[in-house]
Amino acid sequence: MTNALIVDAALVLLVLGLALWVIATRAAYSAVVGFVAYGLLMAIIWVRLAAVDVAMTEAALGTGLTGLLLLGAAARLAPYETAEFDRRPGRGLRVLIGLLCATIALGLAVVVLLLPEPAPTLALLVADNLPPTGVENPVTGVLLAHRAIDTLLESVVLLPALIGVWSVAADPAWGGRPGSLPRPPASSALTLLAQVLPPFGILVGIHLVWNGADDPGGKFQGATVLAAMWVLVLIAGLREPPAVRERRLRLLLVIGALVFIGIGTSGIWLAGAFLAYPEGYAKPLILAIEAVLTLSIAATLGLLLAGPPASDQPTRKTS
Amino acid sequence: MHEFLLGAAAFVLGTVALGLMRLLRGPGHADRMLAAQLLGTGGVAALLLLGVATGVGAIAEVALLLALLAAFASVAFVSGIHRPDGRGNASGTAPSATGSPGEHRRETA
Amino acid sequence: MRLALDILTIVAVSLGAIFFLAGTVGLLRFPDTLTRLHALTKADNLGLGLVVLGLLPQVSGPLSALALLAVWLLALLSGATVGQLLAGKAAVPDPDRAQTLAPVAGSRHD
Repeated sequence: MTNALIVDAALVLLVLGLALWVIATRAAYSAVVGFVAYGLLMAIIWVRLAAVDVAMTEAALGTGLTGLLLLGAAARLAPYETAEFDRRPGRGLRVLIGLLCATIALGLAVVVLLLPEPAPTLALLVADNLPPTGVENPVTGVLLAHRAIDTLLESVVLLPALIGVWSVAADPAWGGRPGSLPRPPASSALTLLAQVLPPFGILVGIHLVWNGADDPGGKFQGATVLAAMWVLVLIAGLREPPAVRERRLRLLLVIGALVFIGIGTSGIWLAGAFLAYPEGYAKPLILAIEAVLTLSIAATLGLLLAGPPASDQPTRKTS
Repeated sequence: MHEFLLGAAAFVLGTVALGLMRLLRGPGHADRMLAAQLLGTGGVAALLLLGVATGVGAIAEVALLLALLAAFASVAFVSGIHRPDGRGNASGTAPSATGSPGEHRRETA
Repeated sequence: MRLALDILTIVAVSLGAIFFLAGTVGLLRFPDTLTRLHALTKADNLGLGLVVLGLLPQVSGPLSALALLAVWLLALLSGATVGQLLAGKAAVPDPDRAQTLAPVAGSRHD
């Protein structure tokens, strides 16, 4: 047991050190690479905390997709980096910001230390009320049965995010193809990877969604994998990103939320409350919602990564 | 066996964590990326060891997910290392990427 | 039989861990990007491969074993691809590495 304690302590120290370095380092690209390494360590820490669902989300979002997003931002900001550094706030302001941040961290630490000894928990309540939902993974049960409204809002909030990204497009480019993904020169190795990996990734994505009912996993993790595979194909240049004016694409983006709201609304008549499921149908309905939401979330995440519409032309240069 | 596997997981993790020194030192983007990639592979190995040692099957799935997305992240990072114009990307949202503005003025719903 | 399998596990996992150590030392000590890449791929392919090999006798069923092998194959595939891409990049002069050992990297591997 002491061995495990040493490992955990080492992990914590490592992750803290890495976080400090990511904040302190000046080059944006290095900070992004450090942040991805940080996400990886966080996934391992979540596993150590027996929160495998969270570990999967961290592994999926923290390492893959966020890395690409931040990398794009870093590359875009690179020309202004030194200028920004020269215009940084004065020492007094920086010390003040640091003090305020430290106060927040201290406050959080105090709250955690002052928790009553058996920490307040709803875990037992969830475990007692899980059988009627028909799912075995308590996380999925909470997300789609007991706190379905949170999940609904969570999946809907991706849409405003995407609209926000699209809205920074230049006027002439509106409705065209997104063009923010990195465009490496064509290479046979990359093409091979983009052809071999996606079938496997799609299988893993479906597996995660399907398994999410009873084991760790679920729509968000599955959708992230699907989106990553799609974006890999786009980066390799095997396909062009779709023009954002396409009707079918837009339908795909909203269908998840529509089905969720539709089933939830019909619950008012069939089960007596918004987002309530009729007796005995909870599991099939949850699976149906998860399946459609997966598609919508995958499409939304992929398009978020692809960035604002840039052009109507196929963006890849023949190189 | 349980103790041995846990010890091996700790050893692998500690080793690749040392590799993060390369992340600190650089000097090039590629070198930093190598450190992150080594941490990824080592993390996957440590998770597999941990999963078998503790008998929690789902940990292996986290490892699978990490391995799958590590490939994706590495490709994204390598693609982002060298951008000819030193800016965001080849085309970006810069107006220069589009052809004549007229042909883009279409009805958009 | 059990003992033999356990010994296989211990030997293979230990060897794998040593390859990770070797990969890390190489990453830290080797003079330029291409040689570091070389060290890294050893850890990626052989280190993870040996760990997976060592774990195979310990898992409960063929499906878990398949998952382990899948992880290794994925790592192989991504390691090989990234190696190719990075090596291609390293050949291109990088502004960040202008004052480092880039010319050495070129002459050593051409």
